[in-house]
Amino acid sequence: MADDEIILSELDDEELVAQMFDDLYDGLKEEIEEGVNILLERGWTPYDILTKALVGGMTIVGADFRDGILFVPEVLLAANAMKGGMTILKPLLAETGAPRVGKMVIGTVKGDIHDIGKNLVSMMMEGAGFEVVDLGINNAVEKYLDALESEKPDILGMSALLTTTMPYMKVVIDTMKEKGIRDDYIVLVGGAPLNEEFGRAIGADAYCRDAAVAVETAKSLVARKHNQPAAH
Amino acid sequence: MTDALSRLLETRDWLLADGATGTNLFNMGLTAGEAPELWNDEHPDRIRLLYQSAVDAGSDLFLTNSFGGNASRLKLHGADGRVRELNRQAAEIGREVADKAAHPVIVAGSVGPTGEIMSPMGTLTHETAVEMFHEQAEGLKEGGVDVLWVETISATEELRAAAEAFAMAGMPWCGTMSFDTAGRTMMGVTSADMVKLVGKLPNQPIAFGANCGVGASDLLRTILGFAAAGPERPIIAKGNAGIPRYHEGHIHYDGTPELMAEYAILARDAGATIIGGCCGTMSEHLRLMRDALENRPRGERPTLEIIAELLGKFSSTSDGTGDDQTPVRRGNRRSRS
Repeated sequence: MADDEIILSELDDEELVAQMFDDLYDGLKEEIEEGVNILLERGWTPYDILTKALVGGMTIVGADFRDGILFVPEVLLAANAMKGGMTILKPLLAETGAPRVGKMVIGTVKGDIHDIGKNLVSMMMEGAGFEVVDLGINNAVEKYLDALESEKPDILGMSALLTTTMPYMKVVIDTMKEKGIRDDYIVLVGGAPLNEEFGRAIGADAYCRDAAVAVETAKSLVARKHNQPAAH
Repeated sequence: MTDALSRLLETRDWLLADGATGTNLFNMGLTAGEAPELWNDEHPDRIRLLYQSAVDAGSDLFLTNSFGGNASRLKLHGADGRVRELNRQAAEIGREVADKAAHPVIVAGSVGPTGEIMSPMGTLTHETAVEMFHEQAEGLKEGGVDVLWVETISATEELRAAAEAFAMAGMPWCGTMSFDTAGRTMMGVTSADMVKLVGKLPNQPIAFGANCGVGASDLLRTILGFAAAGPERPIIAKGNAGIPRYHEGHIHYDGTPELMAEYAILARDAGATIIGGCCGTMSEHLRLMRDALENRPRGERPTLEIIAELLGKFSSTSDGTGDDQTPVRRGNRRSRS
């Protein structure tokens, strides 16, 4: 950006973080990477950069997405910029053993190809500090169950865009019930044709209207789960 | 005007389209996750019944069972090599039903989105998208559809790709987008944006409009948005019969036939010419819609208040058009001087 008057390295910490919020919002990947590197040079811990700069910025993006100010293309750009920053931070976070917010297994249900919303949820959840295992599209119940067993997540997320695939979520939840493992997980569902009542009716813990709501819901349900005494 | 839909539009000032495909097939035994298009081959009798029920309920036009009939979607079911065949079958069954009908019926070849994000944001290139839409279009054409009908689109790039593919197939077409996110499409396209986009396409559709989305109220707000932008082509309204509920193992949409009849009248008053339903709309809905369109007089263009009063509240306070109070996005210090 040649005509750009802002030199990130000349900003103090507070101004730099504020500028990074703006840059995340506008999906400026290189600027975000530069900002992350500057903060690292200034001695910030990777965890602080993640939570204070990146997550802070993505929270604003999430809120404006929820409020119908930003739409999918803008959020994809922002998430892509965040990913640039995360690529730098990830190995460092692993080294420093940063606290983990929670873990989620997520996938689009059988017969459904749509993964735009699901990918947004993955990215926003990662942006909020969750570990995300993405199973991709077209997941049969067995695939979800295998992943629950091997990954031991806190949350199972399912997505569907079609009227012909949304009932499959109930197939998965019913199978979890049969196996007696339903209550070991928080089950979140989402997708354009769904609604809150549908989520309740099929036995999910919550329906999440969009990626921003998914993050809020995941945080609050994980906190509640961790505050409960172990059931067994 | 050589195509059947244009000819019919010259003689009528409204047409009743059909209702749901997926929801209706569920009631015939389709299970969640199955590809409805495979039924064109496995259960042609059921697909015939689906089309026939729309015709018997008074539809002037119905869509073929080919919404997910592109290579990108059929791949999930290992059927990406059967695009041409499954689409041709969907159309042939439709042709047969339409030709036997007592009134003129248009067979519209349904084409749904690829399900992928187009470049530069995503990985699907314009060329590949055009190729996929073209392959499907040729199958539908071969089976004898009167018109191609791309629906539930959210990205302008995808609508453009479909229009280009339909020109290659040399077929007339209609196109509708799904305005399901705060009155816009998922990609942020407003009703006014779509009018502009359609006006600029090198291959113009016969009619354009909105389908699916949230509920009947939101859909009519979109129709008002189209009308306000002064389009030169007929407007299509295909809204869902309310919102889905899960009831005793079945998906059930909560919009009653009476509500959909009210919706049909309001859609016509709002400026729509081709009026039908989408998810959850069954033949009992269509029957009352037909009855209302035939017997109730035209009225004034409805206001948002009247729509909300008769059909229920909107899902968002604004839809990004006109001088509404849509909040604006944050500025960046970088662009401030």
